[in-house]
Amino acid sequence: MRVTKPPDASYTVEEPLAPKRTRIREFWVLFKQNRLAIFGLGIFILFFFTALAGLFLTSGKDPILDAALIRLEEKLRPPLSRPNLDALQPEALPAFGVYVLGTDDLGRDVFVRMLQGAWVSLTVGFVAVGISVMVGIFMGGIAGYFGQNYIRFNHILLALLLLTSVFLLAAGMRYAGLGVVLFAVLCVLLGLFVRKKGVKTPSVLTGILGKGVISVDSLTMRMVDIMLCFPSFFLILTVVALLPASIYNIMIVIGLTSWMGTTRFVRAEFLSLREQDFVTAAKALGVSDFRIIFRHMMPNAIAPVLVSATIGIATAILLESGLSFLGFGVPPPHATWGNILSDGKGFIFDAPWLTLVPGIAILIVVLCFNLFGEGLRDALNPKLKERH
Amino acid sequence: MDMKEKILSVLDLKVYFTGNELPPSRAVDGLDYHLGRGETVCVVGESGCGKTVSALAVLGLVPMPPGRIVGGKILFEGRDLLELDEPELQKIRGKRIAMVFQEPLTSLNPVFTIGEQIEEAIKVHMRLDPDEARLRCIQLLDDVGIPRAKDRLKDYPHQLSGGQRQRVMIAMALSCDPDVIIADEPTTALDVTIQAQILDLFKSLQESRSMSVLYITHDLGVVADIADRVYVMYAGVIAEQGKRADIFDNPSHPYTQGLLASLPSRSKRGKRLHSIPGTVPNPAYKPVGCPFHPRCRLVIDTCKTQFPEMCEWGSDHLSRCPVLYDMENKQGGS
Repeated sequence: MRVTKPPDASYTVEEPLAPKRTRIREFWVLFKQNRLAIFGLGIFILFFFTALAGLFLTSGKDPILDAALIRLEEKLRPPLSRPNLDALQPEALPAFGVYVLGTDDLGRDVFVRMLQGAWVSLTVGFVAVGISVMVGIFMGGIAGYFGQNYIRFNHILLALLLLTSVFLLAAGMRYAGLGVVLFAVLCVLLGLFVRKKGVKTPSVLTGILGKGVISVDSLTMRMVDIMLCFPSFFLILTVVALLPASIYNIMIVIGLTSWMGTTRFVRAEFLSLREQDFVTAAKALGVSDFRIIFRHMMPNAIAPVLVSATIGIATAILLESGLSFLGFGVPPPHATWGNILSDGKGFIFDAPWLTLVPGIAILIVVLCFNLFGEGLRDALNPKLKERH
Repeated sequence: MDMKEKILSVLDLKVYFTGNELPPSRAVDGLDYHLGRGETVCVVGESGCGKTVSALAVLGLVPMPPGRIVGGKILFEGRDLLELDEPELQKIRGKRIAMVFQEPLTSLNPVFTIGEQIEEAIKVHMRLDPDEARLRCIQLLDDVGIPRAKDRLKDYPHQLSGGQRQRVMIAMALSCDPDVIIADEPTTALDVTIQAQILDLFKSLQESRSMSVLYITHDLGVVADIADRVYVMYAGVIAEQGKRADIFDNPSHPYTQGLLASLPSRSKRGKRLHSIPGTVPNPAYKPVGCPFHPRCRLVIDTCKTQFPEMCEWGSDHLSRCPVLYDMENKQGGS
């Protein structure tokens, strides 16, 4: 028997809905169980606001706390010591009436310098990892999705032509360079024209040009292998020695030498995602390849990337500190944790706080990022947790 | 029956898969079928006979490194889809020809809400502003019979039941008002009551929107329910084709007869069900001659050497078995 609609139109069946638990809430429930990760997250938020405060308090024309203020009569004062009120101008007094973390060999307030350096560490961490994640996702996505496709001989010729033109242009031979670019464009147009006409007679030339040389997957992954072969710290040292020292160059260099891990993660995820039905379904809806890669598949592959990015931030902060310590980092007078540490190493017995303070700060921040990253991984991949 | 305008026709399609073994796997081997405007056509066959591959070929979705379209034509409104390049195909996929997949569980992206997924096709093919797109989504979900569509838009696929997911898949396929819907075993993963609901949904949608439906299935019960015309596929070729009544009342190929005999029915109560001996041949090593001959009860020597031609049993009722045709005609003549 067919159930007919009740005559009363206002009567609707209240269907019980499943309690709504969004992914974020589900993630939070799992994440909360990990005390260390919560601790890491807390420190991270604290660090973030400290860095933000540091940026606002120490920058500008007339900063509230001047990190570069030199008080030669107050040098190497230990932490929490009171300033000598007679010797100082009123505007040179420290923030809270005491030198919270002491002063360095030029009498600069270490607390203020640490505040200023925090922002550098934070931006270096985020921008460098941002660059590396973007490059990694792009390369990994291409390798995983188009991996089976072959790069043909004509692609390589085209790439060589364009490279030659870039070199020619860089060397100042403008006309020759433009000529080569024009030639390349002509070749591409000719190729398109031939394909449009549907010439199907395979000649020797088209045979050679159309021959697959290397698959996209091999090319990308061998590039990753080559990049992994370099000891990245020394690569960075070389590049930094060649480029003008600036904080942005350092961010870019760190970012461009640490994308390999992300690429591998993303490629591995994509290899399995590519075979999933929803990718075929998206294709059947007429979605373009790039939209499938970046809109449909990427959100499914983002969890391991997020985890490695969190740990990557810690590594980048450490790398920047190392570079600054060696004197290749952010140029003075701008303070970073690395160069405070480096400045302090000459006075390690007279003024141990100069090395201890930035050292412990780096240790805590890096440790917390790692703990947070691990917690993130456990929460995003609950299967992993059940096993141990 | 009047001859309807053919909207999609597949002519002598051959799709081979090359693997590590030497002979290529001939999954679809000279397939012909057509689909008229506003018609429901079923393609029936056992697992592995090339049904899905032929459907994927229509949309250009055969995975190309192992797969290869060796020959044939797929005409859609007079244009050969195999000649089109990727951007042109993308304009047809989803907008003119849409597909409903077999597994509603895995065919939806787990990280997006169903609203976002239905909107995707609308975004790609139609210029609608977000509010209009949302209204259209709600309308579509209403059409496919999901209650409280407005609240459901923000649900993730894992919050829906199997039948609801399949309805969402159908809503996605309908989102741009396609002319042809290819449904690849859309009810296989569902239980029987839901299956009946989904079939009713297909029927009513087809009536209200006058779409053509190419329905791929291995379930003859489904065929009897919805088909206007039926193609019976075996080992990559059509074994028999005809109107629904022709196939069910007067099956004219030993394979179709075997399939129908293996259905349970009231008259066969208490008896053992018939089964066709043997299995579908490996598409890489198909028998010479008629592909069905090793399993056929009527096999004669010519079957083992000669590939059978189509024999005409009536208007639009063809079968690829000359042996049966000769037998019947001799009886009719004497």
